[in-house]
Amino acid sequence: MTVLNPLKPSERMKIPRQHSIEQLASDRVQGFTEVSFGVDEERAMIEATRCLECKNAVCVEGCPVGIDIRSFIQLILQKDYAGAVNKIREANYLPAICGRVCPQEEQCEAVCTLGKKHMPVAIGKLERFVADYEMEHNLFTPPVIAERRDEKVAIVGSGPAGLTCAAELAKMGYRVTIFEALHAVGGVLRYGIPEFRLPRKVLDLETDRIRGLGVEIQTNFLVGRTATIDEFFEEWGFSAVFLGTGAGTPNFMGIPGESLPGVYSANEFLTRVNLMKANKFPDFDTPIRMGSNVAVIGGGNTAMDAVRTAKRLGAERAILVYRRSRQEMPARQEEIHHAEEEGIELLLLTNPTRILGNENHTVTGMECQRMELGEPDESGRRKPVPVKGSEFVIPVQIVIEAVGQQPNPIIQATTPGLKTGKRGVVETNEKQGTSRLGVFAGGDLARGGATVILAMRDGKQAAVAIHEYIQSKLRVEENKVIVSTGAEVVGT
Amino acid sequence: MFPIISKEILAPTISKFVIHAPLAGKKRKAGNFVIIRVIENGERIPLTIVDSNLAEGTITLIVQAIGKTTKLLCSMNAGDSILDVVGPLGNPTPIENHGSVACVGGGVGTAEMYPITKALKGAGNRVFSIIGGRSKDLVILEEEMRAYSDEVFITTDDGSYGQKGIVTDPLRQLLMNSQSGIKAVYAIGPLPMMKAVSNLTKEFGVHTLVSLNAIMVDGTGMCGGCRVTIDGKMKFACVDGPEFDGHQVDFDELILRNRSYLDFERMANEQLLKEMASSHEVAP
Repeated sequence: MTVLNPLKPSERMKIPRQHSIEQLASDRVQGFTEVSFGVDEERAMIEATRCLECKNAVCVEGCPVGIDIRSFIQLILQKDYAGAVNKIREANYLPAICGRVCPQEEQCEAVCTLGKKHMPVAIGKLERFVADYEMEHNLFTPPVIAERRDEKVAIVGSGPAGLTCAAELAKMGYRVTIFEALHAVGGVLRYGIPEFRLPRKVLDLETDRIRGLGVEIQTNFLVGRTATIDEFFEEWGFSAVFLGTGAGTPNFMGIPGESLPGVYSANEFLTRVNLMKANKFPDFDTPIRMGSNVAVIGGGNTAMDAVRTAKRLGAERAILVYRRSRQEMPARQEEIHHAEEEGIELLLLTNPTRILGNENHTVTGMECQRMELGEPDESGRRKPVPVKGSEFVIPVQIVIEAVGQQPNPIIQATTPGLKTGKRGVVETNEKQGTSRLGVFAGGDLARGGATVILAMRDGKQAAVAIHEYIQSKLRVEENKVIVSTGAEVVGT
Repeated sequence: MFPIISKEILAPTISKFVIHAPLAGKKRKAGNFVIIRVIENGERIPLTIVDSNLAEGTITLIVQAIGKTTKLLCSMNAGDSILDVVGPLGNPTPIENHGSVACVGGGVGTAEMYPITKALKGAGNRVFSIIGGRSKDLVILEEEMRAYSDEVFITTDDGSYGQKGIVTDPLRQLLMNSQSGIKAVYAIGPLPMMKAVSNLTKEFGVHTLVSLNAIMVDGTGMCGGCRVTIDGKMKFACVDGPEFDGHQVDFDELILRNRSYLDFERMANEQLLKEMASSHEVAP
């Protein structure tokens, strides 16, 4: 191979990490257009030259879906951007999505050799660059499906786990149908993640490409109610089922005042905006209540999405209320940084105790107490302890609770023999198999609450396991046929 | 797309639709509902499945034109299509033979009461039905209810039909009359009506089931918008209900929650009127 990068490692290390081009905070809070424009070709090329092309590419091990990162960066150096994105697609069928929402800083970039002494290679930004380049220049070429198979697989839920599992199985030639309860495809990518982090154009394109693999997507179908898993096997002729229904049932704090109109779960708030476009009321029919002061409870990515959405809906003060300190916040650093740029107030070491309303039953404020950090709890993070007598009230008209989600209970309740653990999380083995033969599960349904990329990892792993399962079943059936034919021979 | 097969006007503001939705109809039981979205910019609203026809692959919905979405739907006709229908959702009504039961329907709630009445009769109950409406116009499905009831009482607020008064009047008589032997009451209608029925039956210690029409978005347990307080605990009407023990429901809270978007509804209604007016202008 020709030398693509003539720079010595020491020279590569001297190049500063390239940054995304971002929309000004003051502009972007006016609407829902994407915050980051990513890196342009020039910056991408500079960034690619920073890669040390390690023989032992630890970044690949750091990637939950095992993208061949070194190779795709080498293809960028050759200016073969379409080749680069296809290299990613071998391991991950949703590159434009992952390039945007993956926490690379905890995965591939966390282990990047360059990162030991310098800043790691901006792998996520390069992934996004090649995916966007392909999109803008219409370079997409669908993969060739070598062999068509007769077996049908049902995928329940069209979120990241389901889409990935469907894509992998379709590439292997299976007949795949995704069942989605909502009227639109994408699961949490559609109802949860706001447009300013994941434009709908990108989501639509990625899901269309999955359709392009021959995957059928049936919306308006709530598995468990419209048809059950047992019926999928007995009446619909599916050979295997993958469950990727996510963790969509919101938790509430359980504090007084939660039933007041003006108190939302983050899921409801985000669904009204992201799925139903309540921000465009009355052109769209779904309404949403807003106020000049909005408090969002929680410290995760969902809380970040909700508080930044509230700002975009016109809140003068959008306040994030979190009971621990910044260090313990589960949200991505990048999101916290973007939120602060947008004028989001962080009220840390603060825990709500009561939501207050007036005689018209509208929210007027939220009573909180100060917290201090005590001993580490089971999560390893220092446990917040209330400071006695520290109660105070923040004046707000809207309260949004982003305090975690649990798996939706419908599948578990309607699938006999499906083993679940704590909070209805479906139990799976290392191959994503459940306690029911032929039923596999992954993503938040099997994890309780995790990331898009881990859901995709599960979906991918499940696809391999489903393939093995179906093939071994076919072999057994084939053997049965041989045995019975043998018997006939003996008989005659 | 879900085509409207037929439409029948039951009252000036209430229409009955038969819609082709074979998947929602196939497994539907009394008490189940669907979430529909009529048009691309539309909202998602829950509607009880009144009936279904397996052979035709249809479901029946009865809709009162109140908000923008229901008004829009009621302006549609056979041959038009609804964009989205998902279901059957919610838990089916627990149907058993109690001996004697009272089925109370108020306004368009009678439409939701009808499949339950039919199922209770089918289970061998002696059924006393009470149909209430503000006026004669709003008393619906009388014949259908009669077909599955041993006795039917009708009340109107203005006395224009049946007995003048509200549904709790004949219900009180029934509960006081030991011969009727009412063991369970099923009530569906406006929240104040279900509250009044539950308060009354509590006095008599008669088990009462009500169906809560909370505001929903997804209808599958994901948003918590339909949260209601039952016996002091938070429940989601869409997946834990929609039916609950009337004696345990915090009706006042739900009445408040259901008023959350009144100002928005007014705005949407005005918008709809404008749209309808302008579409009339361009019509020949």
